[in-house]
Amino acid sequence: MKLSKLSTLAAAAAAVVTLTATPAHAGKTIDAIKARGQVICGVNPSLPGFAAADSQGNWTGFDVDICKAVSATVLSDATKVKWTPLNASQRFAALQAGEIDVLSRNTTWTLTRDASLGLNFTGVTYYDGQGFMVTKKSKITSAKQLKGATVCVQSGTTTEKNLADYSKAMKLNMKPVVFETQEATNKAYFTGRCQVYTTDASGLASVRNKEATNPADHLILPDLISKEPLGPSVRRGDDEWFAIVKWVVFALIEAEEYGITQANVDQMKSSSTDPVVQRILGTSEDTGKLLGLDKEWAYRAIKAVGNYGEMFERNLGPNSTLKLPRGANNLWSKGGLIYAPPVR
Amino acid sequence: MKPARPAPPKKRDWSWRSQALRSVLYQVLALALVFSAGYYLLGNTLENMRLRGIKSGFDFITQPAGFGIGESIIPFDSAESYGKAFAVGLSNTLRVAVVGIVLATLLGTLIGIGRLSRNVLLRSLCGAYVEFFRNVPLLLQLFIWYFILTETLPTIEEALRPLPGVFFSKNGLQFPVPVWADSHIFTLAGFGLGLLGAWWWGRQTRQHFEATGRSRPVWLPGLLLVMGMGLLGWLAGGSPAALDIPEKSELNVVGGGSVTPEYMTVLVGLTIYTAAYIAEIVRGGIQAVPFGQHEASAALGLSRGKEVRLVLLPQALRVIIPPVTSQYLNLTKNSSLAVAVGYPDLVSISTTSLNQTGRAIECIALIMACYLTLSLLTSWYMNAYNRRSLLKER
Repeated sequence: MKLSKLSTLAAAAAAVVTLTATPAHAGKTIDAIKARGQVICGVNPSLPGFAAADSQGNWTGFDVDICKAVSATVLSDATKVKWTPLNASQRFAALQAGEIDVLSRNTTWTLTRDASLGLNFTGVTYYDGQGFMVTKKSKITSAKQLKGATVCVQSGTTTEKNLADYSKAMKLNMKPVVFETQEATNKAYFTGRCQVYTTDASGLASVRNKEATNPADHLILPDLISKEPLGPSVRRGDDEWFAIVKWVVFALIEAEEYGITQANVDQMKSSSTDPVVQRILGTSEDTGKLLGLDKEWAYRAIKAVGNYGEMFERNLGPNSTLKLPRGANNLWSKGGLIYAPPVR
Repeated sequence: MKPARPAPPKKRDWSWRSQALRSVLYQVLALALVFSAGYYLLGNTLENMRLRGIKSGFDFITQPAGFGIGESIIPFDSAESYGKAFAVGLSNTLRVAVVGIVLATLLGTLIGIGRLSRNVLLRSLCGAYVEFFRNVPLLLQLFIWYFILTETLPTIEEALRPLPGVFFSKNGLQFPVPVWADSHIFTLAGFGLGLLGAWWWGRQTRQHFEATGRSRPVWLPGLLLVMGMGLLGWLAGGSPAALDIPEKSELNVVGGGSVTPEYMTVLVGLTIYTAAYIAEIVRGGIQAVPFGQHEASAALGLSRGKEVRLVLLPQALRVIIPPVTSQYLNLTKNSSLAVAVGYPDLVSISTTSLNQTGRAIECIALIMACYLTLSLLTSWYMNAYNRRSLLKER
């Protein structure tokens, strides 16, 4: 064939091939993780208490601990995690696109996010609410005094919508100033551009500790204007991975309920006679097999990060800089909302 | 000798080897490839989104937005639709882009001419301005201006009061504005008539100048005409003098018009940055005018100011306009950096909508369509202006 004829035919063939190609499909997450040898976890770039890296690049925090527990369960090593810092605008796109396996980034569980973004929330790890922070100098003590105030918010969060709802309901006519990054939002509040800073109450405590020159000058108002149930989320379409992440968190909660701690888990594994404890730690029956894991799945999670209560106290509670009360995040048997279905 | 045979008629050769057939075939194939690539990408994306349960479609435009917008010239409430929110964002972008283009052109032209001055100090200052503001990234400049504005201004409790009713603080500049009464229509009509009169006077002056060579004052009578007719209209309407004066309420200053520090940052930052580029373009344009023009105007005894204004700049325009059009488009698109300093422009509102509805592709497509429309309109107008200012060769 002549070259011109050949190249023309080649071009026509390429056109036909692209027309008949089928769309690319998502693979199974757990296989990808095992092949890769790492869990890719999306976290907050810097929210001390939930996720923060120190100068050596070691990540600590409540959300970070959840990912460490998942990694310990699936890969038997809590350090085999790739940390991906994501700001509020990027987090869902990264999860949808498959760049991260699990999003553990103080993300609120809402209907819109659950139903229309192609992801599933695995459960609530922290019951929070949106609050306001003001300077003590402004002499404001209640959210109802915020008429006409200028409020700093971060873009891409449920905060904006809650603020508008509350402002409308209470006829406060608050003016939002919306920034893209958390750093810009913090800076604008602490230089005095806005009179009020609003985000989840846990975030307020964290920001006040980290950024304020004198944390005692700032007051977090007692009013919580919304429900913010925070929890990890995974992509839709992979029920096995969804079940694994969900049950890792439930196992940590069950551990606190039955008194298993990071310190005594080995001793409990070898010598406990409580059938519930034996089931959780895998000495009597193999519940991990049903999840696609082995029987020591929960034991590894608890050994890596401790139980839910220890995780809370280390990162957010009395042993941390935030010193948040357990409040609604206590076990159901102690008057809180933390309740796990039984591991059996 | 045989008589020359008439040349056989040229037949269009549609065989496989003819160039005509090949060119048509390749063009059709290239077009088909581009379309099929686009179809494949779009189809793949939509199919993947459907498989993963990600909703798509533009139906969110009519849903209530649910968020407030910090500043807008159109009143906006959180119960209004996403479509209206986008319109507010677009109006905010236009607000900063139009004013920015005008100011940047003025400042840039002055600095560009200043760089060609015979005064060493002026020349160096303009040169330093251009070199500094051209070479620092725009985002950093915006942060610096925002930092200056929010750090140095006092809080609202200790606001500066240069004039009664004017507040200057971290919340911006707040000033009294007249309240719109229906009889203001007469004032506007007066201004309109005054503008018409000024334009007519300008035409008369030019015709008189071309006929007799004597010039008459143009700007002062024109300005007086506009102001005078406006005043007459205002009086005719019953002189409505109601003003909306800002007043201190418990936490804030309410009422009156306001210019927020975010708007001032974006405007000042964009203007100064783009003016540096426009200055260089103007300087290049003036230097592109043949040196003979300068000699001729010197021979005529024109001062340097008249020379630049009447001889050099008009001829430099045809070199200046296409690059300056690019700078206008850059300014419009650079205004999207406003989201970093908290100004609610189109990109900021679209990002909020994107995060609340999850419709990433639709929102980005809307932003692209808006910027594309703005840019095409600007460049279409500037190209029309360019054609008019070309040298008409005989």
